[in-house]
Amino acid sequence: MVSLLKRSLAIISILVIGYWLAQGLAGVPFGEDKMLVGHYYLQHVKEQTGAVNAVTAVVVNYRGLDTLGEVTVLFIASTGVAALLWRKKRERTAKVGGSPVLTVGTKFLVPFVMLFGAYIFIHGHLTPGGGFPGGATIATAFLLLYMAFTIYEIPHKAFEKVEGLAGMGYVLVGLIGLAIGGYFLFDWIWQDWQWGVDNIGRLFSGGFIPIIYTIIGIKVGTELSGIVDNMLKEEVRE
Amino acid sequence: MNVIGLIEYIIVALMVISAILAVEWRDLLAAAVGMAAVSLFASILFFMLQAPDVAMTEAAIGAALSGAIVIFAVKRTQRFETEEEEKPGWWVRW
Repeated sequence: MVSLLKRSLAIISILVIGYWLAQGLAGVPFGEDKMLVGHYYLQHVKEQTGAVNAVTAVVVNYRGLDTLGEVTVLFIASTGVAALLWRKKRERTAKVGGSPVLTVGTKFLVPFVMLFGAYIFIHGHLTPGGGFPGGATIATAFLLLYMAFTIYEIPHKAFEKVEGLAGMGYVLVGLIGLAIGGYFLFDWIWQDWQWGVDNIGRLFSGGFIPIIYTIIGIKVGTELSGIVDNMLKEEVRE
Repeated sequence: MNVIGLIEYIIVALMVISAILAVEWRDLLAAAVGMAAVSLFASILFFMLQAPDVAMTEAAIGAALSGAIVIFAVKRTQRFETEEEEKPGWWVRW
């Protein structure tokens, strides 16, 4: 009886919330051309940022501070995983290695997966993608290595240092912009030095977008590999 | 209806089916695979909706990394969901 009451109450509240949302969405003109900010970005993206890929220009250039926050969130998540799973001595405990298909496939594919990830974040201002997909792709290469070989471990010391240096590099690029142009994450390479103005659509253009996306790609790749490493290893008692 | 639209509907249907299976299966390893399948179909759909960057992110994070992390968590805990007393079907489980 009580559960029936509870259920009908839940149904009624869902219906009320659904009606309310539908009312709200009915006023939004879907499919009509009302996006003034989007139009502004699409019309001015080439002369203002030098990037061909407008999505990347918005993420790194116009909304660069938000991306810094996003990177920080990922950093905190990775630190949280490491802190929650922290033990004094942890090792890989897997006893069975990967099947021959997985092992041979990993040996073949890992360099190409890493190359593709690097391609995604280096060409972020030209082709779809950017630092986050590229970094995640590199992390899947390390995941493959972990699954195929029982003894494999990432070089922890180097990864931690690279991760910290990449995070500092992002802030440093922003601070150079503050020193040159007057505000944080100012695109000094494009706006001030005018590098790559006659080179739009090629690799060496787009201001600081390739630099920042390379930094983000390296940082995301090392962080996600660190999360995988933390999840896989187990505590060892003597 | 053209072929592309039909394929999109089929992918959406597959997404919904794998999501329901991921909730319903008692074997948590299979449920993790179902969860990864939702991400995989979503990634194909993103690609068909002309968002290749989102498709790449969804395939790498949703299908590969989060699926692997859930499987590692299953490995550390237990593989099968414990039985509960009250189990109505999925359509009335609040």
